Amino acid sequence: MKSPPFDYHRARSAAEAAALLGELGFDARILAGGQSLVPLMNLRLAAPGHLVDITGAPDLAGVGANGSGLSVGAAARQRTVELHADTLAIAPVLADAISNAGQVPVRHQGTVVGSLAHADPSAEMPAAFKAQGGSVTVQGAGGTREIPSEEFFEGYFTTPLEEGELVTAVTVDAWPTGTGHGFLEFGVTAESWPIALAAVLIHTSGGVIDRASVVLGGVAEVPLRRSGAEATLVGSVPGAEVFEAAAEAAATGIEPLSDSFGSGAYRKKLARVLTRRALTTAAARAGGDA
Amino acid sequence: MSIHDISVTVNGAAASGTVESRRSLADFLRRELGLVSVHFGCEQGACGACTVLVDGRSVRSCILFAVQADGAEIQTVESLAPGAELHPLQEAFRRHQGLQCGFCTPGMLLRSLELIGDNPNLTATEAREGISSNMCRCTGYQYIVDAVLDAAAEMRGEED
Repeated sequence: MKSPPFDYHRARSAAEAAALLGELGFDARILAGGQSLVPLMNLRLAAPGHLVDITGAPDLAGVGANGSGLSVGAAARQRTVELHADTLAIAPVLADAISNAGQVPVRHQGTVVGSLAHADPSAEMPAAFKAQGGSVTVQGAGGTREIPSEEFFEGYFTTPLEEGELVTAVTVDAWPTGTGHGFLEFGVTAESWPIALAAVLIHTSGGVIDRASVVLGGVAEVPLRRSGAEATLVGSVPGAEVFEAAAEAAATGIEPLSDSFGSGAYRKKLARVLTRRALTTAAARAGGDA
Repeated sequence: MSIHDISVTVNGAAASGTVESRRSLADFLRRELGLVSVHFGCEQGACGACTVLVDGRSVRSCILFAVQADGAEIQTVESLAPGAELHPLQEAFRRHQGLQCGFCTPGMLLRSLELIGDNPNLTATEAREGISSNMCRCTGYQYIVDAVLDAAAEMRGEED
């Protein structure tokens, strides 16, 4: 099908985009890569009256190290971020997540920030962003504010963004040397939407895990932090037994919904297995093996 | 609904048009410029039949509005063989029977062209992963992979 009618507006800067959103009101949406929004419009599941295209705004296009981590502008394309040397150095879990998302032609056009702001709880980038941690920079008529990654995903396709606000950039916080990451998902085919996914980071010091982050996707209304699994890991020596225990903890207390791709029980099982395997990979990387 | 004048370069030639904001690039190319290699499959970005190159990169033209492509350089399959002779990639698809109904073929060709351009020495696994962005319901992909590898060899200047 074709998109319903709308008015198209081109913003040349973040300030101009914020001004347009303020002026156009609740019926306006930001158009970045459009790889989630435009399919929804073609399917007539979304029908915004106005789109504000930000991909021509040079101040939103940047990606790179910014002192505290990796900064990704709202117009930065997924493929650009995925292959960027600073992403691979600072946030390789995000690079892995992007490489699992969609298809290369979709990633040429899609943006990382767009995927985060879309807030699909089954999607790759929100889980990786939440796992590594960071903040979201939001601009509106009243100026800018920062939202921690931990508070950015409120529910299915729901974020704390207010009317008239747009995300201008996100910062993914750097983790210290000695960090390893793991990102794993499972779908019907490599190209399908993931049924469940796990994004993990662990940091070891003197052979002991002193910091861990475990986030699951596809099992709840948001990318879900598994604090019990993290508590199991911290203070332990990396190994198969502790990873199994952490994976068990990650899958305990979740109640995933069933759909045509998998039952809730199956998702729960996937959550455990993917977590265990992702932790095994992360440990090898933290120890310098990969 | 807003109306926009756009100017693009398509297959090396300047083109312009006046489009509704909701006009997809696929619709603009096929219906207004007559480039019928641009196929509409799913029209939701899943199948890859509408793949074109925008500024040298493969995109789904069904989920890109034409107005977003204003100023861009666009390549469709029509550019591959402007004369009577097929492009080596098209010739390899013909030779290996890398198509049956042909509906996915324009998208497959452009995606394959990009893959070979990025990595002239691509392996069978890389070719298979690379074309996983595009659906073919006839061939089972094997002959397409064969064609891509053969075309890559020929484009590297190797005789078979």
